[in-house]
Amino acid sequence: MRPKLAVWKFSSCDGCQLTLLDCEDELLALAERVEIAYFLEATRAELAGPYDISLVEGSISTAEELARIQEVRAQSRCLITIGACATAGGIQALRNTRDHEALKATVYARPEFIDALDTSTPIADHVPVDHQLYGCPIDRRQLLDTLLALLKGRQPLIPDHSQCVECKLQGTPCVVVTRGEPCLGPVTRAGCGNLCPRVGRGCYGCFGPKEAPNTAALAEQLLALGSDRHSLRDLFAGFTGGAPAFQKESQRHDA
Amino acid sequence: MSDAGKIIAAAGLEQLVRLLRARGFEVWAAREQAEALSLQPIESAEDLPRGRIEAAEAGKVRLVASGRDAYFDHTLPMQGLKRLVSPPEERLFACGEDLVPHETPPAATPKAVIGARPCDLVALDTLTQVFQDGPQEDRRYRARREALFLVAVNCARPAATCFCSSMDTGPRAEAGYDLALTELYEPEAHGFLVEAGSAAGGELLEALEGEPASAADRQRALAVSEAAAAAMARAMPSDVEGLLKRAYEHPHWEAVAERCLACANCTMVCPTCFCGTVEDRSSLDGATAERWRRWDSCFTLDFSYIHGGAVRKETASRYRQWMTHKLAHWHDQFGRSGCVGCGRCIGWCPVGIDITAEAQALADALPAAKEA
Repeated sequence: MRPKLAVWKFSSCDGCQLTLLDCEDELLALAERVEIAYFLEATRAELAGPYDISLVEGSISTAEELARIQEVRAQSRCLITIGACATAGGIQALRNTRDHEALKATVYARPEFIDALDTSTPIADHVPVDHQLYGCPIDRRQLLDTLLALLKGRQPLIPDHSQCVECKLQGTPCVVVTRGEPCLGPVTRAGCGNLCPRVGRGCYGCFGPKEAPNTAALAEQLLALGSDRHSLRDLFAGFTGGAPAFQKESQRHDA
Repeated sequence: MSDAGKIIAAAGLEQLVRLLRARGFEVWAAREQAEALSLQPIESAEDLPRGRIEAAEAGKVRLVASGRDAYFDHTLPMQGLKRLVSPPEERLFACGEDLVPHETPPAATPKAVIGARPCDLVALDTLTQVFQDGPQEDRRYRARREALFLVAVNCARPAATCFCSSMDTGPRAEAGYDLALTELYEPEAHGFLVEAGSAAGGELLEALEGEPASAADRQRALAVSEAAAAAMARAMPSDVEGLLKRAYEHPHWEAVAERCLACANCTMVCPTCFCGTVEDRSSLDGATAERWRRWDSCFTLDFSYIHGGAVRKETASRYRQWMTHKLAHWHDQFGRSGCVGCGRCIGWCPVGIDITAEAQALADALPAAKEA
């Protein structure tokens, strides 16, 4: 019997789920190895749980989600969070360090209609997770590799080291060193396929903090190279700004 | 073989490229790519970064005009010859459900590198000692190494990050090349002294159009190297091996860790860092698996992972591991230093940590070794 795969959505934009559909050349072969049991973005057919593998997209942003993630966990043998929202709270975690009521009043004409928690938090804050796939959106090859690894019972390849390693494996010249361009690569986890630096852009950290990120030393260097404090505050407060290391560094420059 | 070498005109470089291509070599050289120099295939001497230098300092490498049209005023591409002989990622074997491994056979395209620098030649020899001359020969490494034809260029202008003189690895190539060029850039004549270092190099030298070099020509070439050595601003403190072996518990490692990003850039541009890890991949249908090797770094947490956890969790311990292995324990392991003084780790460190300055800081902080 094929293992049952479910894909769940919490507070998110759907882009990470789309990455699964984006596996156009591999999707049919993959569907022969797993039974797609719950994936509303692809099919309205639903099979009842439990599920062998659950991919969870999105952050916990409402009271309803707070309860639902417990059900998803209970129904899932292996739970994999996918993307910046599920692993770090996403861009919507910007509210975590601000006055939520005031933000609602600024953004919405009728803020009383908004029924959301004051914070947007990663899935792992609420239930145990087995693996995490990072990025905004996640990387297609990493998603496939992780599914194939689970099907074979081997270790998925999800590096914890810096984006710099990916740059140097690719032979991409460092944008900080050659141009003084602000780049979060030295404190950001690898895995994206070197997308931004490869085209000469600084990394904006969508894969979140690497292990032991020295954000303060990087920030000092970027200041010396001409960044101002507000741009540093904003750089660290991007798609994974809710991750503790980045949130703390962002706040250090919010004066 | 003309032992004394030949003087060729600057335009003779184009003939050299043609001769190498005619002998079946893919010709590689430092080329301008995305505002940096990297080793790339070239079609013609016109592809060389003529008139360009990489102005390097700690944490900063910028390509600028040199103000003259010499071919080799630049020094080093971002990464050395390592990429050519030990690729960043490489499949070791594949196997099917019978679990019988099918090793990726050794195979290599013959490559000629024009502009290999003296430090990089020593680095290549250092890598060869690790991969090829040890008890477990890496056959794929050997195939790639043996398919290399090396045209060294003796440095005329050290980058500000260079310290090869103090490591005794340059700026003049002593060995390890097939041909060695010294660019003679003089108002009345722009050309090269070409010397052969191997039989294959001698054969090529015979075919190059030029005049036999005179003693005066060789003296002019030596003067180029002497001027380069004299212009070198950085140096590694003497007896750095002994120094580091007395510094294991020094608080300075913590001071470095305050600045170090543990990003691994230094190890990725180091021409002798040889560490790798292996990763298993499986096919979509689950019927085949592959084992790949890719470059790894002692600056990553996973590198020191053993049963129960990583041994080097702190950045201080990772920097100490890298520096003491490179400069001290390499001597115990391989009978030489692991550092060739190319200075890439200084220039390409995003925060500009300088291995010579850190060694000097330790030297200043520690009493000199007592007489035995």
